[in-house]
Formats: sequence, structure tokens, C-alpha cells
Amino acid sequence: MMRQNAIEINGISKNYGTLKALDGITFNVGRGEVFGLIGPDGAGKSTLFRILVTLIDSDNGSAKVDGMDILSDYHSIRNKIGYMPGKFSLYPDLTVEENINFFAALFHVTLQQNYDLIAPIYKQIEPFKTRRAGKLSGGMKQKLALCCSLIHKPDVLFLDEPTTGVDAVSRSEFWDMLLELQKKGLSILVSTPYMDEASKCNRIALINGGKILDINTPDGIVNNFKEPLYAVSGTNMYGILTATRREKEVVDCYPFGAAHHIVATEHFNPEFLKQTLEERGFKNIELNKTKAGIEDVFIKLMHTQ
Amino acid sequence: MKENIISVKELCKNFGDFKAVDRITFDVKRGEIFGFLGANGAGKTTAIRMLCGLSYPTSGSGTVAGFDVMRNGEDIKHHIGYMSQRFSLYDDLTVYENMKLFGGIYGLSKMQVERRSVEILNQLQFKSEINTLVGSLPLGWKQKLAFCVASLHRPEIVFLDEPTGGVDPVTRRQFWGMIYKASSEGTTIFVTTHYMDEAEYCNRVSIMVDGQIKALDSPAELKKQFNASAIDEVFRSLARGAKRGE
Amino acid sequence: MTGFASFVNKESLHILRDKWTLLIILIFPIVELLLFGFAISIEIKNINFAVSAPHRTEAIRKQVEQISSNPYFTFRGYISGNQVDKELRSGKSDAVVEFSKDNSVLIALDASNPNKAMEGAGYLQSILMSGNSNASETTSNLSSIMPETHMLYNPQMNSAYNFVPGIMGLIFILICAMMTSVSIVREKETGTMDVLLVSPVKPIRIIFAKMVPYFTLSCINLACILFLARYVLKVPMSGNLGGVIGISLLYLALALALGLLISTVTSKQITALIISGMLLLLPIIMLSGMVFPIENMPAALKPLTYIVPARWYISAIRKLMIEGLSFKYVLKEFSVLLTMTLFLVALALKNFKDKME
Repeated sequence: MMRQNAIEINGISKNYGTLKALDGITFNVGRGEVFGLIGPDGAGKSTLFRILVTLIDSDNGSAKVDGMDILSDYHSIRNKIGYMPGKFSLYPDLTVEENINFFAALFHVTLQQNYDLIAPIYKQIEPFKTRRAGKLSGGMKQKLALCCSLIHKPDVLFLDEPTTGVDAVSRSEFWDMLLELQKKGLSILVSTPYMDEASKCNRIALINGGKILDINTPDGIVNNFKEPLYAVSGTNMYGILTATRREKEVVDCYPFGAAHHIVATEHFNPEFLKQTLEERGFKNIELNKTKAGIEDVFIKLMHTQ
Repeated sequence: MKENIISVKELCKNFGDFKAVDRITFDVKRGEIFGFLGANGAGKTTAIRMLCGLSYPTSGSGTVAGFDVMRNGEDIKHHIGYMSQRFSLYDDLTVYENMKLFGGIYGLSKMQVERRSVEILNQLQFKSEINTLVGSLPLGWKQKLAFCVASLHRPEIVFLDEPTGGVDPVTRRQFWGMIYKASSEGTTIFVTTHYMDEAEYCNRVSIMVDGQIKALDSPAELKKQFNASAIDEVFRSLARGAKRGE
Repeated sequence: MTGFASFVNKESLHILRDKWTLLIILIFPIVELLLFGFAISIEIKNINFAVSAPHRTEAIRKQVEQISSNPYFTFRGYISGNQVDKELRSGKSDAVVEFSKDNSVLIALDASNPNKAMEGAGYLQSILMSGNSNASETTSNLSSIMPETHMLYNPQMNSAYNFVPGIMGLIFILICAMMTSVSIVREKETGTMDVLLVSPVKPIRIIFAKMVPYFTLSCINLACILFLARYVLKVPMSGNLGGVIGISLLYLALALALGLLISTVTSKQITALIISGMLLLLPIIMLSGMVFPIENMPAALKPLTYIVPARWYISAIRKLMIEGLSFKYVLKEFSVLLTMTLFLVALALKNFKDKME
């Protein structure tokens, strides 16, 4: 018998007055999957999470978590899942130890019972177990919150923007921890505004303005970008940007770090552009074909919204 | 040779025994886009506060827009613009009311405020929203507007403190487009950010670790120096050695 | 530790680690009690008096002399009739004897120190009366009836221990209602409520776990107040300690239910604080009979006093503690408080939702 999906979402919508926070969201998260919900602030990620963990009700649609319905079975869901909400929601005036023990007691378990599951993470903050949680650094708080959400060995884990506001080093460490947890059989739904984290998930859903733009594996999403993509750089990046945008065969040109990305038509001639730019007086022009990333796809999909 | 608009030497800020900022020395040229990076707790915010005239250094020297950071903090405030992620505009005032407020704070006359507001709104193609409450604008628009309001009085330097947090990729780029334009018109931009790819937009980047500046150069040079393909990697190699942030 | 016990433990830790609030909760009632008690001192050292007499007859002057020859009294001088209030308010005199044209005598006293006023009135009355009987033939037209006395500025003659029920009524509502509601709303505001709800713990247990420490603190306060009242302020505590404690516990339950109700209508701590302040503090001070006697209130306000729980509590405690009546005399107050409590509990539980919108 095929094990049911960890999460099943069907046509979930939510309005706040005239604002459509979520519009017909539908997708599944399989067992043992790390599924990323990628989108900026205001896209509806937190709203979807709060509906799935049964904190608020949707206006339309249905969903199942771990086989249980979010409306009729919400008590059971609350007993079983792990949830780490957006902002730090542990007790700053309790110590690391006190927080963990409290949440363990909440779930009728003890730290000792499930130490093995959280050990790789907890060991990093254990030296500070008598420190007040409010006095921890951002990265440490995040690790503590993760431990508290795992302490009862949930099968399905909901992490709402766990890496926001945390430094780059801690962010990449966090993802390493998630992949370790996946090996232990957890199904994880995680949201993030950082596009570069998308590649660490098994599958992702791009979300903006309450709507899903696309769902696929990270490679699948990127492979669907069929338009020619180039990277251009040189001295006077701003000038290059405005000049390139005026060219006929350029669909879109946007800054992208060290180089600008050019989305071109099939008739685009890179040599011609390079010449044009040099004629206009821009120096050190480098113009190469480049591979699309998640962010390029997101930008393209936003324009078609 | 462009002049230096910010110039600091051995700047320190101590809180008791704790050296939040430990002898930083650097210059920023007029019209530059200068990226000021560092992990949380590295001392970035403390350093910026000193440069904005919000806090007096413990020792060292420096000038911002020609004013002494040690003694003329108040004058500095008149000549800079500031925008941060945490606060930019008042949600319960309209777009125009915000502009009037900040224009007034920076000493612009009513006519100047009107003129500048129309200019900005036309630039953003936002004129129809002039009487909309800022609170009902999407985050991306708020941030673009906040940048314009920070530049309302045409300051020589604009300080941007994590300006593009959480915003969608398209709006982020529009925002950076505005920064590019301002820089090309001679405004110096001093920006901190968590997005490492944005560091690439800067002319030069400095990275703070444990209160000191551990790297300062153009993005291209830093990558070469650290044998990295992205600023992200440079940052991580430096940040891993950090003692603070535990 | 069981789930509930660990919850109560957590709540206690929060309270113990918030040193300033804890200090206020425990020390403030004691300080208030002692201030009221000792501000109104028992000893009478000196009573300043002035006299208003449009016709300064010989008899009057003799009486004045007689009063001032008493070592407790100091004569401040003659004043005109319209200066009486000013004289007393400014504190220059504690009493003014007014001899009017028709030979009636009025003694106006500053009763903000009621003990002093009572003593002073007594002395003056007796001196004036005995002075009359010594009057010579020519001045026999002086009145020999009891001079009228007016106690000003403290119509209820609230002495130290008359304030104790009022303080109790105020303190318990403040601690239980205000603190409990703020504590519950704080969890909503900081986001910890989200995490608590997505767990096996029944939401109602969260609430009760919060009430336990504040209830305990209030019981400690109750014990302290009763102890101080009896041994330091010498309040008679004439009897029925059990009744006092019983009705106080009921009042605490009412306050907790109020706190819970307030927490269901807001998700911001500042709002909970303001609602508690406006809805509780002000009516209690103004309408409960704590400071202003209900009998003296304008007719329009009297019905309002019936819905202020503190009114019933203070009335009951006065009867039990100060007047020393037995419990059957406060059955009315008890039933009203019981009904109010049950109503508030039902309303609060009905309003309480286990989802976040």
C-alpha cells in the first residue's frame, strides 16, 4: 500500500477583506520530501502555513496533513506535527534548557527520550544551556527553535522562514541540518524568500501574490526557461543597463550582481550588442551566454502574472 | 580624482570593556556605491550610527560630508538621507503627507516639497497614489518610496540599512536601478545588505568581523583575493573565523 | 513533570524573573496600607483654631480665652465668615468656631484626620457648653444647646482602617484581572501562543496555568493585608475571619474571570492594560464606595454602582471585618458576587477560541 502524502493541499483560498492572500493553492508534499515554498514577503507563505498547522481557517478548499483533515481533525494534527513559526517564538526569559524541557513536557516526552534525534543540532547550543534564550545570537535562536519543534519526533515538520534574518553561515548550516533530518525520515515543508536556498530542496513551489507560479524540482523549474539568456558586464553598469534595454531583440535586462542578465529573443546577436555598446563608449564589455537560475525564472513568471 | 565624502581613521566605539567598533579606517568617494557588510553583531550598526551622527565615537577621527563625526553630529544629520528596513515611512499617513513631513524635517520649503514630490512620483509613475495611505501599499512600493523620501532633500550621501529585505526579485532590481541612477547623478550610497549578490552591485565592499574591517576592495578584487566565485564565499570564509555571534 | 505542572512552573518563572513587576505586586499593597494607616496619626498634639464672630461680645471673648488656655489648643486669630473654608483648607487651622448673630455656634472641623477632628470636636463642645453654664446673667442669652459640628473633607470619617476594604478591593482586581489578561495577551503578541496551540496541550489549560501563580500571589497579599491590618493598624477584626477569607477568594475568582474575558477581546498587551485600567481602576475608585460614599452620590450614578463588583466586595468586607457582623448579613453581597463570577466565567469561556483569528 502506498503511503499517503505527508501534506495534501486542494484549492485553498483565503481573503482578508478585499485582499486575496491565497488563491486556489493546490499541491502535495510526499513522504520524506523536503519541499520549499519560495516567494517574497506578502506572497502568502505564512498564511498558508498557518492554515496547514490549523491556527486559522481557510475560506475555501481543503487540506490533509499526515492523512488528517485540517478542519475536522485539527486536534490530532496539533498533537503530531512540528511547527516553527516565522519570528522567534520561544521564551526569551527562560534558559535554553528550560525552553526545551517545557516544550518536551508539552508533548509528554522528555529531552532524554528523544535526544538522538535532535543531538546534531542540540549539541551546538548545549554549551549555552543555562543562558537565557533572549541573549542568544540569531543563528542559535534558530537552532533552539528547531530543537523545540522536533522534540516530540514529528513525522511532518513545518518551518516558516527559518533562515530569515540569520547570517549567511548559519543559513547554510541550517540547511545541512534539514537534509540530515530528511535522512531520518521526516517530511519537511519549508518556506524562504532566499532563491538560492531553493536548490537545496527536492521540489519547490514558486509563490507570489497568493498564487502558485510553478511547481517542480529545482532543475525542472530552471529547465523550463527556454529563452536565450546572456550576462553582460563592463564599466558603468548603469549606462550599460539603460543602453541594453533599448535594443530591439532584448526582451528584458535586469541587474544580477556582477553582471546584468539579458533575456533575448531567438534573433538576438550577442556580437552585435557588444559592438553597439563599445561604440557608445562603454569599456571592458564582457558578454556571454549563461544558464538561468531560479531567480530568473521567478522574474519571468512574475511578469506574466 | 574624486574626493572623499566619508573619511574615517581609527574610529572606535566602546561600551564599557566591549569594543563594538575596533579601530576602523576607510574612505568613501563621492558618487560611489559602497557596500558595508558584516554578520549580526560584527559592529555594522554601531559604525553606521557613528557615521550618521547618531552616536559619538569613543576615539578616532572622521568626517562625513565635510563634518567632524566627533563634534558635529547634528550637522551631519542635515546633510544625509537615511532609510532602514525596520522603519521607513508612517503607515497611517498618505504618500504626500509623508513627503511633507520629511521635507519639513529637512528644512525644505512648501514649494520645494511640492516640486520634489511631483518629480519623484512622476519618476516612479506613482502619481495616482499620492493620497494613498502608505500602510496599504505593497512592501516593494513602500521601499521604493522610502528611498525617494530619503533623497527628498537631495542629500550628498544616502545611508541604506538593509533596504531590500524580503522584497520580490523584480522590485529589488527596480530598487537597485534607482540606486544606480542616484549614484550616476553624484549621490553617494552607503548600503548594508544581507543579500550577497547585492554586494556585487557596489563599487567597493567592506566586510566587518568582530568590530574590525577585515576586507575592503571592489567585488572583483575580493573574489580574486579569496579565490572565490561569489562574494558569498568571501563572506563565509571571513565570517567563519568570527568570535562574536555566539 | 506533568504537562500542567510544567506550565505552572513556567508561568512562575516568568513572574519571578520580572523583578520590578513582582516588587510592585507584593510591596505596593503593603506600602499603601501602611501609608494610609500612618498618614492618619492617632496622637493629638495640637489643635489650631480660629474664630469667626461678627459680634465680638465679652462672653465670646471669654470663651475664646478659655479654649486657648487649654494646652492642646492654639488660637490663630479672628477671621471673617467667608474666610472659614480658606482657613481650614490652607491648613492654618484645624477647627473654626463660628458664633453667629442668633447666638448659635457652629464648629467646622477639618476631618481629613478624623481622629483629630473627633477629639477636637469633643473638647470644643465640652468647653463651649461648660462656658455657657458659667455665663453671667448678662450673657445668659448665649445658647445652651449643643453646638453644631461639621466634619469637612472626609464625610465618611474614613479612618485608617476604613480604607482597608477599599485597598483590598482595588489590589485584588489589579493583580488578578490586569496581570492575568496582560500575561495571556503577551503570548498572543509575541507569537508563543501559536506554538502552544499547535501542541497537545488543551488551550484552557494554558489559561488556568496562568491564573494559578497570580491567584497564589493574591493569597499571599490577602494574608499580609489581614496580618498588617490586625497587628499594625489595630483594625478590630471583630470576627468571622473565615467569612472574610471566603468572600475574598470568591472575589479573586471573579477578578481572574474578568482578566480572562479581557484577554479574549484584544491581541495587544497595551490594549489589555488600558482596558483593565479604564474599566477597572476608575470605576472602583469612583463608584465602589471606597472613597466617596454611595449615599452621597448623585441619583443618576447610584444604579451604576451596582455593576461594580468591588462595591459589593467592599461592602461585605466592611460588614465582616470592621463592623464584626456575622456572615448572614453579607449573604446579599455574596450571592451578587457569585452570580457575577459565574456569568463572567461563562462569557469568557464562550469567547475563548482555540484558533488564532
